[in-house]
This record gives sequence, structure tokens and C-alpha cells, in this order.
Amino acid sequence: MMQPTANCPNCGAKIAFRWSGSVQTVCDFCKSILIRTDLDLQKVGQVADLPSSSSPIQIGTEGIFGKHSFSVIGRIIYAYDEGNWNEWHFVTNDGTSGWLSDAQLVYAVTFAAGAQNLPRECKVGQQYTWNNQTYIVSTITKAYYRGVEGELPFEYWDKSDVEFVDLMSQTEKFATIDYSDDPPLLFLGETVEFESLKLKNLRTFEGWL
Amino acid sequence: MSAGGPTPAGAPQVGSLNCPGCGASMTVRSFGNAVTIVCESCHSVLDAQDPKLRILQQFHAATSEDPPLIPLGSRGSIRGVLYEVIGFQRRTIEVEGISYSWHEYVLFNPAKGFRYLTEYDGHWNDVSILRALPDVSAGGTTLKYLGETYRHFQTADAATAYVLGEFPWQVRVGEIARVSDFVSPPRVISCEGSDKEVTWSIGEYLAGRDIWKAFKLQGDPPVPNGIYENQPSPMSSNVKGVWTLTAMYLILLLSLAVGVYLMESDEQVFEQTFEFNSSGGGEASFVTDVFQLKGRTSDVELTTNAGVDNDWIYLNYALINQDTGNAYDFGREVSYYHGYDSDGSWSEGKTTNTVTIPSVPAGNYYLRIEPESDPNRGLIRYSVTVKRDVPQASFFGLAVLALLVPAGLVTWRSLNFEHLRWAESDYASPPGGSLLNSVESLADAFKSSGEDE
Repeated sequence: MMQPTANCPNCGAKIAFRWSGSVQTVCDFCKSILIRTDLDLQKVGQVADLPSSSSPIQIGTEGIFGKHSFSVIGRIIYAYDEGNWNEWHFVTNDGTSGWLSDAQLVYAVTFAAGAQNLPRECKVGQQYTWNNQTYIVSTITKAYYRGVEGELPFEYWDKSDVEFVDLMSQTEKFATIDYSDDPPLLFLGETVEFESLKLKNLRTFEGWL
Repeated sequence: MSAGGPTPAGAPQVGSLNCPGCGASMTVRSFGNAVTIVCESCHSVLDAQDPKLRILQQFHAATSEDPPLIPLGSRGSIRGVLYEVIGFQRRTIEVEGISYSWHEYVLFNPAKGFRYLTEYDGHWNDVSILRALPDVSAGGTTLKYLGETYRHFQTADAATAYVLGEFPWQVRVGEIARVSDFVSPPRVISCEGSDKEVTWSIGEYLAGRDIWKAFKLQGDPPVPNGIYENQPSPMSSNVKGVWTLTAMYLILLLSLAVGVYLMESDEQVFEQTFEFNSSGGGEASFVTDVFQLKGRTSDVELTTNAGVDNDWIYLNYALINQDTGNAYDFGREVSYYHGYDSDGSWSEGKTTNTVTIPSVPAGNYYLRIEPESDPNRGLIRYSVTVKRDVPQASFFGLAVLALLVPAGLVTWRSLNFEHLRWAESDYASPPGGSLLNSVESLADAFKSSGEDE
């Protein structure tokens, strides 16, 4: 894997990319949101104070999903009625970019799926079939963008309100439609038990082992 | 360098805050995962996501009104994972004008997330959120999950009546949710729905004493009252056990019967044909030649074959041991009648009669026979056959019946348990309502307990 490096156009700190496919990163020091262009890094924004995180996952957490090990390199934070949730961006050892979502300690691993004629609007209980798997709309969430950290596979910094549709299945297969972009994005994957990911480099919690 | 170095990955700490309602100090146990937190002193429902703990609701209740049996802050292991009790609520449903209440405990682990314990009248369930959707039948009376069939038990509107501590959702006193339960003891799958979200959860019946042990609680858990919707029937495992045992005994009995049958010599020791002149008058009794009964003490089978045709003969027998004088006295009648009437041909009785004399020791024996019949019926010819050591199937038949009694009893009691369970449901008996259904659910219990092994 390439480890391209550059300097932050804002504060001059060294910026190391953990993944060659990263399009956006955040300077660890000055919290500038930086976009990679062909030539250099361009500052497009600034991360405000992030909400205090209650996730046991952090940038640098490593785990195993299926046959691949992965490491967490970034995240997007959303807020909704029930608090915050994190979409942790990870890359696998074969260079695939994926997402580990942690919504109040309910975990799911998903990967971007190609354009699939996504519905404009959904209702709870509606059924959709992608890749021969039937999914049922279980939750529609109005959320708003709360912040970013680390490396992301696309530009993501000027969002406000976003709608997410979560779909479950009769197996553990799980799908999310992200309406923050046009056309919307589909992510397919599965809900996972915390233990099954065999995570390392987790945060520790006071009073808990 | 404005923001002082890389993001600190410090250890989140248990928070301590003051309630904006009453100023009491509050412990925040879920590291920012809680959505609402309820002050234990003044019962203000607070927005846990707001740094200023905005008051969302206040409800009136004496703190002593409903103390949690497992105090907030208690820790215990459920299926190998350590959890802390962080929230507590009472929910109430109304069925036919009567209120029923149960309690829910919110359990928290900072990595594994949330889990719940519910308690109704001393019956406990360990509840977690489902990660896959159950397959609900078209009529909604059953659902399938992981190959197991659950039967709809009850649908009711549950109102939140009392809350304490932290919750990972927006909790309010007075809020109503429609809850449907589907049971397959010891499990229950529940659906809680609104038009925005449907949540499925699975519960497994737990004994109160196991919870008391896990959380190291003082005293005894409340004694369970009645039969709960997903309480495993103590009988259904017994049913399986008793039938297994019965089957084993039946096999044993059968092999015993076969063994005995092979061992019995079934030997004919005497056969002779006699004639009785009923017109003769005078003393008709006589004795036979001596024959030998060999081997161990065993039974003797005596068959009388008489040439009676619309006639009868009665024979007084005595089997006498020549050496000891011991006698076995018995009488046998052989009668056979037949003819025609308006209904066609008829017959009654038969020309043979067999009798078994049990436990006759070995020795030299003879028979004394005294025939009787109607006078002046002429000659009646009859033959007497004596067999030694004859297998007796009827004993085994009786043993089989005796064996089936406990199995039948336990099965009946189990059906009775199912009847009492379903009496509390939306149905008077399991959906479908027949005894056949109870038998079916029993068969399910059989199947699932078989799968456990």
C-alpha cells in the first residue's frame, strides 16, 4: 500500500495517508478538512468540536470481517433523535473501503454497492431486492451531519440534513440507503456481533476492563 | 497550531451531573449512549444528549413507589458478558378492564451495548434486540425465526407508567406502544411498533434465582405466580423423558418376552380321549395315568376339546401330585350352541376350553376328572391335553399397560399446563384452539428440546 505524504496547507503539519484511495482527510493538528487534488491538498473547511464519543471504536482500531482484516481510518458522525452515531470508515487488507456503523453500540458492516435504481421515497415495511436478497425497510432516520475525522473515500464536509433508510432481512443481511447525495447511495452488508469482529486497539472505559 | 495536538483517545469517564430540576447529584453510567436520563430524586425526564440536561418531562411518583428489585448500578454477568443496570421502567397493559404491569431493566456494557431484563409476577426474561427479521405468517398467528415456529400469544397497548435512570431511546411516562408477543417456550419474540420504526426483540425465560446469583442480590427472588407466556413447561421435558424411559422398558419387556418364549419348553405331557355316557348314571369320576412334570416350577396348560353340538359338558378337574398329595382343583365348562333365527345364523361358545394353572412344581401327577352334563344326552366324546411350561403373552400385555400409565399421566399433565398458559393469551387455547393444537405444540417442544441436545 502506498503511503503518500504531504503537508497541511493550513498549518504545515505532515499529513500521512493510510490509504491511497482516500479523497479527504482531516489534519490531526489544526482540524482543517483537506481534499486531495492532483497536485496538492486543498483546505475546504474546518471541523468544529466533535461531540464526545461513546464508541469503543477509534481511528486505528483493527478487526476481522469475513476473510479480511481491516483497519479503521476515518469516520463520519451524525446526530439524530436518539443521539449520535458513527460511520467508521475502514480499509481491508486487500484495499477495499467499507463502513462499520456504530449506532448506540449496534454494529453493522457495509460496502458501497453500485447504482441499483433506488426508490425516491420509502415507507417502513416496503420490500426491495438487491443481489437476490430481499430487504424490508425497518427504520427511516432524519439525521444531520455532525463532523468528520480522518480519511474518507469521498468528499464529505458541506452536508446538513440527511435522510437514511435502514433495511433488514430475514438473515443478518443489512442495507442502508444514503439520501445525502443525488442519486442516493446504496450500502449492502450485514449486522454483526461486537465479538465477531475481534477488534483490537479499542478505547477503554473507566471502571470497565 | 490552534487545537493542541491529535485527537485525544482518552478513557471516557463515568459522568457526574446535577439534576437541573432539583439539584441532586446524578451518575451517568452509559458514557453518552443514553438518550434520556431520569432523576431518581425528582423524577425529571432529562435530555441526556444535551450538555445542560434539558428537562423533557416531570412526573409525580414517590421514589419508594416502585423500587427496582435490582438496584441501578448493580453489575452482573449475563451469558458471560458483564452488564450494569442503568435504567428501569414499569409498563402497563389493560385487558378486559384489568391492569397488568411488568418491569424492564436496561442493562449496559460499553462495548457490547444494551440488553434488557423483564420481570412479570416473578417471571424473568433475558431480552435482546433481533438482528434479523422474523418471517411472519400471512394471518399473523405464527412466525418463523431461525427455523423455529412461534405462536402469537397477545397483542396489547403498553403504557410507560414509571421510569428511572438511563434509556437508549426517548422515554416518556404515558407513552403508548403496541406490543405483540409470539411464544415458543422458553423463548418469546416481541414486536414493538410505530409507523417510523418496528423493533423486534427476543427473550428467553430465566429463573429469578439465576439473576439473584448473577447480580449477587440479597434475599430471595419473588416467587413466580401462575404460568407465564413463555415459561418452559416442566412437563414437556418430562414428557420426552417419560416416553423415552417407557420405550426403553418396552424394548426390555419385549426382549424378556422373546427370551422367555425361547426358554419355555412348551412340552405336551399328556393327551387322552375319553367318552362320557350322560345316560349312564352312577359315579362318573375317574383318574388318569400318571404323567411327569419336569424342570423348574412353571405353569401347566390344560385344554379340553369336547364334541359338543348344541350341548354342554362340565368337567371337575383335580391335578394331583402323586408324591405329596397336593391337589389343584378347578372346573371347566365346554358348551357350543348354534342355529338360525330371523337375524340369520348364530352360535355361542366353542368346543375347546383352555386353562392355565400357574406355578406347579415338578413331580409325578395325575388328573382326577368328573364330567357332568344334562342326563340322557348320550355319549359325549372329549379329549384332555396337558402342556408344561407354556409362554403367557397376557402377563406381558398387562405389564405393557402398567408401563403406559405414568407416560399417559405426564402427557395429560403437560397438556393441562399448555391449557393454563394459553388461557392467559388472546386465545382461549393455542391459536386453532383444539386439543390437536396442544398436541402439536407439545410435538414442537419435543422437537426443540431434541435440537438442544
